[in-house]
Amino acid sequence: MISIQQLENHAVSIRRKIIETAHYKKQGHVGGSLSAVDILTVLYFDQLNLNGNEMRDRFVLSKGHVALGLYCTLAERGLIEMEELKTFDSFDSRLQAHPDMTRLESLDMSTGSLGQGLSTAVGMAMGAKYLSQSFHVFVLLGDGESQEGQVWEAASIAARYKLNNLTVIVDCNGLQQFGWYEGNQVFPPDQHLPEKFKSFGFLVQEVDGHSIASLQKVLEQSKQNRTNQPIAIIAKTVKGKGVSFMENNYLWHSKAPNDEELDQALLQLEVGGECR
Amino acid sequence: MKGESLRNTFGQVLSQLVQQDSRVVALDGDLGNSTKLDHVLMVKESAFFQMGIAEQNMVGVAVGLAHVGVKPWVCSFATFLTKRAFDQIVVSVAQTNANVKLIGSYSGLLTSNTGKSHHSLEDLTMFSTIPNMSVIAPADAQELASAMKIMYETDGPMYLRVSRDETIPPFLGGEPFQLGKGRVLADGGPILVVSTGTMTYQVKLALEQLQTNMVTHLHMPSIKPFDTKLLLEHAALCTQVVTVEEHYIRGGLGGIVAEILSEQNPKYVTRIGVKDAFSGCGTDAELLEANGLSANCIAETIKKLLAK
Repeated sequence: MISIQQLENHAVSIRRKIIETAHYKKQGHVGGSLSAVDILTVLYFDQLNLNGNEMRDRFVLSKGHVALGLYCTLAERGLIEMEELKTFDSFDSRLQAHPDMTRLESLDMSTGSLGQGLSTAVGMAMGAKYLSQSFHVFVLLGDGESQEGQVWEAASIAARYKLNNLTVIVDCNGLQQFGWYEGNQVFPPDQHLPEKFKSFGFLVQEVDGHSIASLQKVLEQSKQNRTNQPIAIIAKTVKGKGVSFMENNYLWHSKAPNDEELDQALLQLEVGGECR
Repeated sequence: MKGESLRNTFGQVLSQLVQQDSRVVALDGDLGNSTKLDHVLMVKESAFFQMGIAEQNMVGVAVGLAHVGVKPWVCSFATFLTKRAFDQIVVSVAQTNANVKLIGSYSGLLTSNTGKSHHSLEDLTMFSTIPNMSVIAPADAQELASAMKIMYETDGPMYLRVSRDETIPPFLGGEPFQLGKGRVLADGGPILVVSTGTMTYQVKLALEQLQTNMVTHLHMPSIKPFDTKLLLEHAALCTQVVTVEEHYIRGGLGGIVAEILSEQNPKYVTRIGVKDAFSGCGTDAELLEANGLSANCIAETIKKLLAK
C-alpha cells in the first residue's frame, strides 16, 4: 500500500508540473488545478482501480477546465509521458484544453461545458448496476459549477436510483472565475452545498481537501458504501494551493506564471518542503 | 388506406429491441404515455428508466450508460429534447461519439393542439449542424420501423423524428430504409419535388390530385447523411425545384437542398415549410393549411410552377 508520505510527494510533484506546463504553454487553469491536486492524487495513486477494461473504476472530471491538473496527474502516474505535457492545449495534441476522451483513452468522459459531468457519471453508475458490474464511479465537481441546474437534476436521479456506487467529490475552493463580490470582498460560489446534497438524498461527508489522509479515508469508505444512498464529499480546498501568491486569488483562475513567478512558485514547491 | 400511428410503431419496435437485446434500454422524460415509450415499460420494466422532467440530465445519463456498454434510447417531445438539451447533445453525446439514440416525438407542427411552446420546427437544422450526428425523418410507420432497425445496428449518435400524425397509411412500400439514401417516388420532370418526413405523404396526395407526369418526387428520410448524389442526378434533369417539410422554412431540408444546388447546379428553389412566425394552437388540418403544407396547398404551388 502506498504511504501518505509517498502520496504527498506525488502531489507536490504534480503541482510543480502544473506550474511548469502552464508557464511553458502560457496557458492553463492553474488555480483550480492546484486546488484539486490532492483529490486527484488520492484517486489516481490509491483509490481508482484502473485495471480491467470494462471493470475498471470510472472517473469524470466535471470541472473540465482543470484538465491541466488531470494531465499532470496522469503523467505522474505514468499513464502518459511527461514529455507529452508540453503539447498541452496544442492543435494536434491528445491533451486538449478541455478533456477529450476520443483523443486520450485514459479519459472516461469528455467535458468542458460545466454541469454535465455528474449526469454522465450517474449514467455510468446506473449502467454498472444494470449490467451487474462492480466498478465504482467518481466524479469531481467544482463549487462554482454547482450553480448549473443540471447538477441538481442529476443529484435527484442519483438518489432516486440509489446509486451507492457513485461518489461525488466537490472541490470547494470558494472561488470561481469572476463570481460574487461586493466592494473588494469576494464571496464563495455556494456555502450551502452540504445541506443541498443532504436534502437531495445524499450521504454527505465534509473533509479537508488537502489532507491526503482524510481524503484517503473518506474515499475508501465511499467505495465500501453499503447504504442505498449516493455519497457527496464536500472537500474544502484552497484555490492555487501550494503557491502563496496564487492562494485564494481568483485572478489565478486561468493565468500562466511568468519567468519570475515560475521560480518563486517552484521554490515553494519542493518535495519534502513546507508547501503543505 | 387507413392511417398507422408512427408513435405506436416506435413503442412497439423499441419494446421488441429491449426484449431481444438486454443492453437496450429506454429513458423517458415523463411523457412515455404520450410518446408510447410506455410499451417498453409494459414488456420489460427493468429496461425502462424514468428520468423525470429534466431533459438535460436525461441526455447526460444516456451518455454515461452508453460509455459503459448499455444502448440507451432517449425519448421526449422533440421540442424539449432538442432545445433544452442542445449543449448536452453537442458536448456529451456528439463530441464523445456516444451510442445514444435520441427520439424526438411530436415533431413539427402537428402536436395535438398544444401550440407554439410544443412545436419543434428547428430540429432538422440544429441536428444537421452537429458532427457525428445522423438525422432521420421517416414518412410512414413501416419506414420508421425499418429506420429503427438500422439505428439499432449502427453505432453512434442518431436523431429520429417521430410525427404524431395518425393519418399516414403505409404508402411507401416495403423497401427498407437506408442511411444516407433517398427514394424516387415519381420520375417525370421538369419539376423536382423533394420532401421529408410525413410531408412526403402530402406531396403524394398532391400529385394524385394533379394527375401529372411532369413532376419528379424524391423522398429524403435521411437528412444527415444526405443523398446529395440522388438530388444532383435528378436536379440536372429538372428546371425547378420545390422542397416540402414540416419545419421552419429556414434551414432544414429546404436549406440543405438550396445549399447543395447553389454550389453544384444552381436552380430556382421554392421552399414550402413553416413561415418565419409562431403558429398558434390548431387542428392538424388548420396548421397545415396555414403554412401551405396541406396536399391542396402543395398542389396549388406545383400547379403555378407548371404554368410558368
